Amino acid sequence: MRAALLIAGKDLRQRLRDRSALLIAVVVPLVLASIFGLIFHSAITGRVTFTFGVVDQDHGPAAQAFVADALGPLERAGLVKLHQESTLAAGRHAADTNQVAATFVVPVGFSAAIGRGQPARLRVLGSVDSTIGTQVAQSVAQSYADRIDTVRVATAAARPGTINRAQAAALAPIVVADVSTKNRQLDAGTFYGAGMAVFFLFFTVQFGISTLFNERQDGTLQRLLAAPIRRSAILTGKLITSLVLGFASMAVLAVATSFLLSAHWGNALGVAILILAGVLAATAVMTLVATFAHTSDQAQSWQAMVALVFGMLGGTFFPVAQAGGLLAALSLATPQAWFLRGLDNLTGGVGASAVFGPVAAMLAFAVVTGSLAFMRIGRLVAR
Amino acid sequence: MLDCLDLHKRFGEVEAVRGVSFKIAEGETYGLLGPNGAGKTTTISMVCGLLEPDSGEVFVAGKRLTSHSVAEKAAIGYVPQELAIYPDLSARENLQFFARLYGLAPDVAHARVDEVLGVVGLADRASEQTKSYSGGMQRRLNIGIGLLHRPALLILDEPTVGVDPQSRNAILESVERLSGEGMAVLYTTHYMEEAERLCDRIGIVDLGELKAEGTRAELVSLVGEHDRVALEGVGNLQAAADACQALEPVRAASVQDGAIELIVDHARSVLPELLATTNDAGVAVSSVDVHEPDLEAVFLHLTGKALRD
Repeated sequence: MRAALLIAGKDLRQRLRDRSALLIAVVVPLVLASIFGLIFHSAITGRVTFTFGVVDQDHGPAAQAFVADALGPLERAGLVKLHQESTLAAGRHAADTNQVAATFVVPVGFSAAIGRGQPARLRVLGSVDSTIGTQVAQSVAQSYADRIDTVRVATAAARPGTINRAQAAALAPIVVADVSTKNRQLDAGTFYGAGMAVFFLFFTVQFGISTLFNERQDGTLQRLLAAPIRRSAILTGKLITSLVLGFASMAVLAVATSFLLSAHWGNALGVAILILAGVLAATAVMTLVATFAHTSDQAQSWQAMVALVFGMLGGTFFPVAQAGGLLAALSLATPQAWFLRGLDNLTGGVGASAVFGPVAAMLAFAVVTGSLAFMRIGRLVAR
Repeated sequence: MLDCLDLHKRFGEVEAVRGVSFKIAEGETYGLLGPNGAGKTTTISMVCGLLEPDSGEVFVAGKRLTSHSVAEKAAIGYVPQELAIYPDLSARENLQFFARLYGLAPDVAHARVDEVLGVVGLADRASEQTKSYSGGMQRRLNIGIGLLHRPALLILDEPTVGVDPQSRNAILESVERLSGEGMAVLYTTHYMEEAERLCDRIGIVDLGELKAEGTRAELVSLVGEHDRVALEGVGNLQAAADACQALEPVRAASVQDGAIELIVDHARSVLPELLATTNDAGVAVSSVDVHEPDLEAVFLHLTGKALRD
């Protein structure tokens, strides 16, 4: 172990002297997390406010119900602002000039058509510069249409005919779900702070085992092999370097994002356990990838590809698991996803035990990939 | 100090080392002389425990050494052919790291590093990163690392390749000094003059085989009291060489680098006959060079080719 520690100490000195390690381990993830945090902060925390125009050409009860019961609760929640537009042209102009994200148009005869049980049309004129706002407007309109359909079906079942004014007016207001980040979801600062940290962790740990290729290139591997130490000491030294760099990088980023991005990582012990498991998994995966390479460039390219794919799939940039289906299932095949899930579990002031499941998953990754790497790693120190 | 017994090593279809055996006594400098690709570095790699021989054994200070040996390697100081230093560490940091790796205690290592820095002439630039050093300085540090732990056996694999004449001379003087201090030295080179200057005994290697070994005098005696004559000229050199070969005093004849190389008895007396023969063969001789017997001639005699090939 003495020789392994000597090698690790030498490697760490080299890495600290080489600014690229510091950049990849701390600076770049911090900068990216800050940028992403700023961009997506509003959307993720639900603090965004869309401005919608409303053109009521109908003035009937269904139109009034749409404004009062569908849009009203959203306005009162601060999620939307409403502008009454007098004409269709004014509403279209507002959307075209991006004064509003979208304009709802309730055409003449809208209430009458609903009352007679005939098809009715509720239009949404979206701004090309506000695709998200337009989608929100479409969702609101669709939600209202679905409720109208529900009432129609219920009424038809009770008394075939039409829907009356009272029934139309009695449509239940649209309920706005609580999207507060204080419950179970990570806020933007935490999500991107942790996401970038675990994404770049997979690059940072490369500076350990992959330096064997540099040792070979510089001729120093021969010298290490000729020294009175075991070959396993060389490998152990490199792995220690990866683990120390990985843990230090994550710890620094956790502290830095807490201060700079107001990230809430949660219970300190839980975070430490989570980071340790994540570093072990990252080191094992990257070591396995390195055992297939023949040169330093090859190792770095392959490791970068794996880190990128795992990072994207693991939801370090976007919460891909929320897409559901195959993508959500594939996401669980990455340590990054389990790391973020573990951090998610820690929100809300729960104890360290909340991370046991994700930690077990990451350790399983470490054991499986580490075992495979162990079977192949001898070739890295062969002359 | 070193005993190599019938070493064999094959890489695929190529048998790089074929039954090499030699011994080095304490305080002796032994040279492995041969052209590039002769198998010198492969032999050294087996001696250092970097490579496992396919067959044969290596004993260092009486203990068998394999690629898995640990304690036995402490007796060896290894200076690889290529530079093997960390460019982003200073000379002191490089030496300190390897000193500790070879088991020197921190205070001992510190003192020894200072000593070695003085020996290799880098004390005044010890704190600079080695990537700023000249090639000669890097070479000297490369050797210094091998000396750190005062090995009983120092192995130098072509340490002067690519080195300027001044640094080369400094390296040769260092090796002479170490040998004088009682260190056993295994020195590989393809420079005949280095082998002649440094080595008590020399092994001539070609195509993975140890063709002959002995002191310089013993090796020269293998080709007898023969002289070497080189004739440069224009014409069919090979035909002229063949014609010379037929002469009684000519022991060997070949064409090397646009010249006829001849091993002869009493060059001066036979020279007129040689010139006449080459002239008859249609070669117009433009220069004549006569050499006393040396290791180059020995190599030519043993392998049928020049050492520089």
